[in-house]
Amino acid sequence: MSARDIHGPEAPWGEFVVVGKRNRKVDGMAMGTGAAVYADDILLPGMLHAKTLRSPHPHAKILSIDTSAAEALSGVHAVLTGKDLPTPYGVIPWTPDEHALALEKVRFLGDEVAAVAAVDEDTANEALTLIQVEYEILPFFLEPEEALANPEIMIHENDRGKGNVSKHVMLEFGSVDQALADAACVVEEDYSFHGTTHAAIEPHCAVASCSADGLLTLWSSTQITHYVHRALAAVLALDPAHIRVIQPFLGGAFGGKSDPFSLEFCVAALSRKTGRPVKMLWTREEVFYAHRGRHPMRMHYRSGTDRDGKLLGVDAKILIDGGAYSSFGLVTTYYAGQLLTGPYDFPTYRFDSTRVFTNKPPCGPKRGHGSVQPRFAFEVQLDELAEKLELDPIEIRRRNFQGEQTETVNGQRITSNGFMECLDAVEKASDWKNRYGQLEFGHGLGVAGSMYISGTNYPVYPNDMPQAGIQLKVDRSGLVTVFTGGNDIGQGSNTMTATVVAEELGLELSSIRVIAADTDLCPVDLGAYSSRVTFMVGNACIDAARKLRRQIVQAVAESWEVKESRVRMMAGKVFDLEDPKRSIPVREAFQIAEIKYDTLGATGSYNTPTLGGDYRGGTIGTAPAYSFTAHVAEVRVDTETGRILCEKVWIAHDCGRALNPTLVEGQMEGSAYMGLAEALLEDHNVDERGLHTGPSLLDYRIPTSVDTPELEALIIESVDPEGPYGAKEAGEGPLHPALPALANAIHNAVGIRIRHLPFTPGKVLAALEEISC
Amino acid sequence: MTSLRLRINGDDHEVDAPAHWTLLEVLRYRLGLTGSKQGCDKGDCGACTLLMDGVPVNSCLVLAATAVGKLVCTIEGLTPAHRARGGEGADPVQDAFVACGALQCGFCQPGMMLSARALLDQEGDPDEAQIRQALAGNLCRCTGYKQIYDAVQLAAETEAKP
Repeated sequence: MSARDIHGPEAPWGEFVVVGKRNRKVDGMAMGTGAAVYADDILLPGMLHAKTLRSPHPHAKILSIDTSAAEALSGVHAVLTGKDLPTPYGVIPWTPDEHALALEKVRFLGDEVAAVAAVDEDTANEALTLIQVEYEILPFFLEPEEALANPEIMIHENDRGKGNVSKHVMLEFGSVDQALADAACVVEEDYSFHGTTHAAIEPHCAVASCSADGLLTLWSSTQITHYVHRALAAVLALDPAHIRVIQPFLGGAFGGKSDPFSLEFCVAALSRKTGRPVKMLWTREEVFYAHRGRHPMRMHYRSGTDRDGKLLGVDAKILIDGGAYSSFGLVTTYYAGQLLTGPYDFPTYRFDSTRVFTNKPPCGPKRGHGSVQPRFAFEVQLDELAEKLELDPIEIRRRNFQGEQTETVNGQRITSNGFMECLDAVEKASDWKNRYGQLEFGHGLGVAGSMYISGTNYPVYPNDMPQAGIQLKVDRSGLVTVFTGGNDIGQGSNTMTATVVAEELGLELSSIRVIAADTDLCPVDLGAYSSRVTFMVGNACIDAARKLRRQIVQAVAESWEVKESRVRMMAGKVFDLEDPKRSIPVREAFQIAEIKYDTLGATGSYNTPTLGGDYRGGTIGTAPAYSFTAHVAEVRVDTETGRILCEKVWIAHDCGRALNPTLVEGQMEGSAYMGLAEALLEDHNVDERGLHTGPSLLDYRIPTSVDTPELEALIIESVDPEGPYGAKEAGEGPLHPALPALANAIHNAVGIRIRHLPFTPGKVLAALEEISC
Repeated sequence: MTSLRLRINGDDHEVDAPAHWTLLEVLRYRLGLTGSKQGCDKGDCGACTLLMDGVPVNSCLVLAATAVGKLVCTIEGLTPAHRARGGEGADPVQDAFVACGALQCGFCQPGMMLSARALLDQEGDPDEAQIRQALAGNLCRCTGYKQIYDAVQLAAETEAKP
């Protein structure tokens, strides 16, 4: 089979045995007992500890750096500055604008300037205070409008950053202006998203060890091992075959561990320099400055419908605050427009999005990359259209449903689409029909929908190799080991791969071991981003396991002198279907096959079909399948204090097929919780000096157990024709409607429209004042 | 350096550590007990929660020297203690967390499970409000907490069985 072959969504034997069951995570007990080893749990003999010196200025030229006093301090083993690692990098190959340590200038307060390796952290911290940096302070911009208004002061001195524009995209499909001129009902408003960060509980950490003969091993809390591997080879000018990158257990990521980070290059270079293992663990404060979180956006939307509420056109203009570096920003700029074109059909669409550099911590991909902010704006606007048309907000969404097996206005192929079932599920579970519009003042319900990619068709560096690869190793004991480059970042991808392989080979989950995210051992996978792992790695697992199964079945059939169709692997055994009394343990079958075929093993892979619109950028936002979500939120608004209490959220999500419903529900609940917090509590912000206003887990208010509303996850299975057994993503899509459903519920409760996030009591009171005047 | 005698998970340990080190640092960097996690190092996140004389504390805020003479229980101590009482498998709290999907990335959960353990040692049949209160000092960024409440309730049910 080639990597592009489709396996189809059917169960291998007509009925699933492992898939769809609430099995335990294969690595759950390791985490539960403290046995799981995370990056900072690694202690190597003779290990040094490294710390980073950061810029105290938001924008400045580096005139000189004197490290002599730091180097002279007892216990200091090496000091690095930008000159030691001068090769630029960037996760997107077209925008390499970052350095491991600042080379000529610093672009935000917190930018990395120097790194020290010392016998312990205290000594390394002391050494940082001895480094003398002479800066020439430059004017700085904390708002994208200011950066655009002062194009002569460039944050990046190259063509790409001209006028401080990081990326501009304008795409139009059909004639939007004509469509909106003909529309019976038009709403035009401004919306904004403020900026939030991932706040995974594990801070970034990396450990490097360079052997005397030049083999570099890096353990890092990364969610994309393969891109770190490539970036390390480029920046350290090393043969990638001499670098091994391992992702140990990872304590949460949410997109915040997708870029290659300064600490990974620094520990590698420091270990090469000193000949000793080196660890760097960022403080919680440093993690806030490393950021790569959700971009602030100012969004202007104009949408129109006919008299019946059928959308005729959507026109969007979006200004994106990128922070100091590109990161994934090229993609963000496209995603801000490209991912809006479902689950609703509209015949004309235009988006004009501009990402601008500012002197702030760089933004990047956070769960629902690039599309959470526009989704908020559009779903609130849809609610406003429904209000003007006197239509039920669920009804206007139903009327505009795009259907399945269709194509979006921007040329994206839609296969399965369970959005209508999502709407039905939240409507029923929330008792919407009996309660919407019937609740007392101050108490409201709101709905919103969304669509998200299930993987992206094109990797960040163009190539025709598979996006996901799997190797299976068979042991004479009956154990099968799965080697996967896929990164388990807590979402459960190791359990997903074990589930698929166990299903195909008729094994118990306990007979599968998963070795993941180690570049020496595992075939390449492109990592945990854009919700690609279940779809792509799952398909690669099916591919590999079916090849292996064919060998086992052939060997046993030959040994039993029966037709292959009579041989079935099931429950850890191999049966003769026509003679149920004849069965052997799978280990015997493996041994029979090993005699016939020599050492057993199989590889499998998955690559995406060629898809996407035929225009520049038409491949960005293209996915082999899309997931769909609907939320209903229930709120109470205290009109005395302006306090918003979200009581409950119903989350219906079309994940194609739930390979493990417990894990899918965990993703849905975790997504909704995170989105609600972005709307109500969290604000990633800097003050007028560029200093973060609350770089701690106390001041940056992620919700505690008492802040989190009741969450009810409703799984919808549309069974995608190309997903592994029909599965699609569940980790990012379910976040999107959380913010607009809440906004729409607030409107339903007290009649105010808050179009600018976050929803603070102050904004509620001001809006209440406005409508009472 | 100070020399400390600490009683951890039933064993006495003689440890030399800098006088300013916290209990968390001693556990992680001297004793290799890395199950207690550092998420913030200032008492905000609760990932380093352990039990000192049965009470949940943030070990990043406890000077190691002040733990002398106390009974310290870390995540590594739960299952051995359960086995010592004649139990099988893991401590019911750990088992329930795995069964309910409460462990996503697993980083906050050692602390979360010790807070849950302390709750169940005080209150055998907690309602959801009591569970929410008991876990309010332990931030989880993955789950939205629902599967954690399910796990604590399941552990309570398991322990209530004769």
